[in-house]
Amino acid sequence: MRFGVVIFPGSNCEQDVIHAARYLGYEAEYIWHGDTDLSGFDAIVLPGGFSYGDYIRCGAVARFSPVMAEVVRFAETGGPVMGICNGFQILAEAHLLPGALLRNVGLKFICHAQPLRVEESACQWLDLPGGTVLDIPVNHNEGNYICDADTLERLKGNGQIVLRYCEADGSVLPDSAPNGALDSIAGICNERGNVFGLMPHPERMVDPLCSGTAGVPFFTSIVKRLAEV
Amino acid sequence: MARFDIYVTYKKGIFDPPGATAERALQNLGYAEVSSVKIGKFIQLEVADGTGVERVAEMCGKLLANPVIEDYRIEPVGEA
Repeated sequence: MRFGVVIFPGSNCEQDVIHAARYLGYEAEYIWHGDTDLSGFDAIVLPGGFSYGDYIRCGAVARFSPVMAEVVRFAETGGPVMGICNGFQILAEAHLLPGALLRNVGLKFICHAQPLRVEESACQWLDLPGGTVLDIPVNHNEGNYICDADTLERLKGNGQIVLRYCEADGSVLPDSAPNGALDSIAGICNERGNVFGLMPHPERMVDPLCSGTAGVPFFTSIVKRLAEV
Repeated sequence: MARFDIYVTYKKGIFDPPGATAERALQNLGYAEVSSVKIGKFIQLEVADGTGVERVAEMCGKLLANPVIEDYRIEPVGEA
């Protein structure tokens, strides 16, 4: 099992993702944004950070990096792609995921441990039962997810909502989302379930020595699934 | 050289946090008549003579605006 972690100019969480994957016993290598060869990789991760300084809109420029044409092709053929934080923003800009991520309500950069509720979904990257509550850090300025009403209905109907911001007991209240995200959405997948975007940072919750292990399933689920196929 | 001015604004119904903050701040300063503030982007584009507005619209749709959340308006302003 080999993870590829794309580095855009301004990415800053790529080492955390590489460490998490290797710590769990998988191979993981960096992919430069100018590269166009994804052969040999089983799953691709777009890490967090501030690609291209977040200029124009978060992810708007990174989306046109040479590597992204290949990432789109990889995703369209069913290859698993996970975008974390800025990676999620890039996936949305690339139209691999619907909707967009706006500035947080309250205009504050948020950075704290956040309870998240796992929803029953089609996501191939997470095989935890619906209702599971995970404590995982959020760390962003533009995580305020938005989409139109039709898209929201489609997301619900197809099981594309993967994670919701919630209270410690798993309940989702109107103000559970720390960033104002629509329907408290913290993570979504495409219809097929192979492309997954989320604002929280599971890669920071893998090594119990530094944090905890709530992020482990975000790496092991896809490995298990690929082994089954 | 030709110049285009481009105005990028949020679509109707998309919440604009900086706009809402400015709106509240103005009201707090005593400008009770303010009922809405929307904050967008203003882009000045210089292009080769003869560049059509369709070409600029393509640039807007691809990069300068995100059609999922934003509208754009293009104003040709003649020679740069």
